[in-house]
Amino acid sequence: MQIFKNIKLLIAILSISTLVASNAKSTEECFEGTSRAIFKFNMAFDDIILEPIAKGYNKLPSTIRTGTSNFTSNIGTLLSIPNNVLQGNFKQLGHSVGSFAINSTVGILGFLNPAEKIGLKPNKEDVGQTLGSYGIGPGCYFVLPILGPTTARDTFGLLADTFVDPFAHVTIREKELFNSSGNALDYYSIKGATAVDFRADNDKNFESLEKNSIDLYSSLKSIYLQDRENKIKNSIEDQDEWGNLDN
Amino acid sequence: MIKIVAYLVSLFFILQSSLFAYSSNPKDFVNELVSEAINKLSDKNLTKEEKAVFIEKVALENVDIKALSLYTLGELRKSSSKDDISNYQLSFEKYFLKSLTSRLSDYSSSEFIIMGEDKKSATYTIVNSMVKPSDGPEIKIDWRIYTKNPDKPLIRDLIVEGLSLARTQKEEFASILNSNNNDLKILIIKLEEFVKN
Repeated sequence: MQIFKNIKLLIAILSISTLVASNAKSTEECFEGTSRAIFKFNMAFDDIILEPIAKGYNKLPSTIRTGTSNFTSNIGTLLSIPNNVLQGNFKQLGHSVGSFAINSTVGILGFLNPAEKIGLKPNKEDVGQTLGSYGIGPGCYFVLPILGPTTARDTFGLLADTFVDPFAHVTIREKELFNSSGNALDYYSIKGATAVDFRADNDKNFESLEKNSIDLYSSLKSIYLQDRENKIKNSIEDQDEWGNLDN
Repeated sequence: MIKIVAYLVSLFFILQSSLFAYSSNPKDFVNELVSEAINKLSDKNLTKEEKAVFIEKVALENVDIKALSLYTLGELRKSSSKDDISNYQLSFEKYFLKSLTSRLSDYSSSEFIIMGEDKKSATYTIVNSMVKPSDGPEIKIDWRIYTKNPDKPLIRDLIVEGLSLARTQKEEFASILNSNNNDLKILIIKLEEFVKN
């Protein structure tokens, strides 16, 4: 059974690697028709499930929302630590380790964020960003059910994240770390809470985008790709694409 | 009597134009424009329609809508006919104003701070700013200011947390054009439909 699981994973990794390699320099669509159909499904899922939960979440007292956001963000920092090492970004590694250590202890399991007050601001890093920092292009773009916009590189990164992330080892693989362990439900609950927190935080932005887009699918694609570019560069440097457009 | 009326009318127009004449220095230009916009949009005595009129007037005066329309068209602007481009620009302006009004009319008060500026070239300056909404985290906004005419700076793009609104618009239009054989008329129809709805 384990062999079958490994073969499936290998096939998935090889397929995605092929997509990345063949589209290393462009962000073309892999299968736009299918992606648009999945996007429609995701929008319906959002309307029926995610949006109502996010709206309800936004009605909670701000201390609860901030606490939840801090808690999920602190656990998310664990994934940044190995990725900072892989990227050789030791300044950011210091921020991630320091922030996680301080927030998990002084910050009461991460519900508070005292690390920020002393100037520790860790960037969120994942395997997709690490691969991007190695010069690997995004590959083609597509939409995953529930998870939303992605590229071949980022999907490979998403799978690889579960092997690199210490939190995934403790939960999904039930390994012990500092005498504590969890299960897959813990992992997916935290991922779910992170998604709800993100959706709630951007509720007005989503509404405005939905209302003002002629082609929402393309707007979200553009936003996703710009955001990933910025995260890989760890900067929001202005892209001068205006050239000599003079009146 | 005619003289008094003429005087009052000219005074009205002078006041109106001075109301929208901002500084020519890009940093001060953005600061003055946004400060005035915050005051107007958070004024509870103004109706939604009055706010919409204000937004449109400020946008027409201070945003380079013509250049923005050409930028969002991408390479197609070079191969399209003059008539098509001019029809597109008319539709784009209506679309842009409606979209902007819709985005800003439900505005709730925020604190606005200019962080600095970066002169990229003789024609471009990026003004860095920070918005602190009353009910959310800080938002970093960079303003791409076109300074070809140093006396009249114009806004060409807003980069919100690294996301260029002009680029997003351009890529949205590119997708519509790609799936419609690069037919500009189809894009114009879609813009007109948006304005009507």
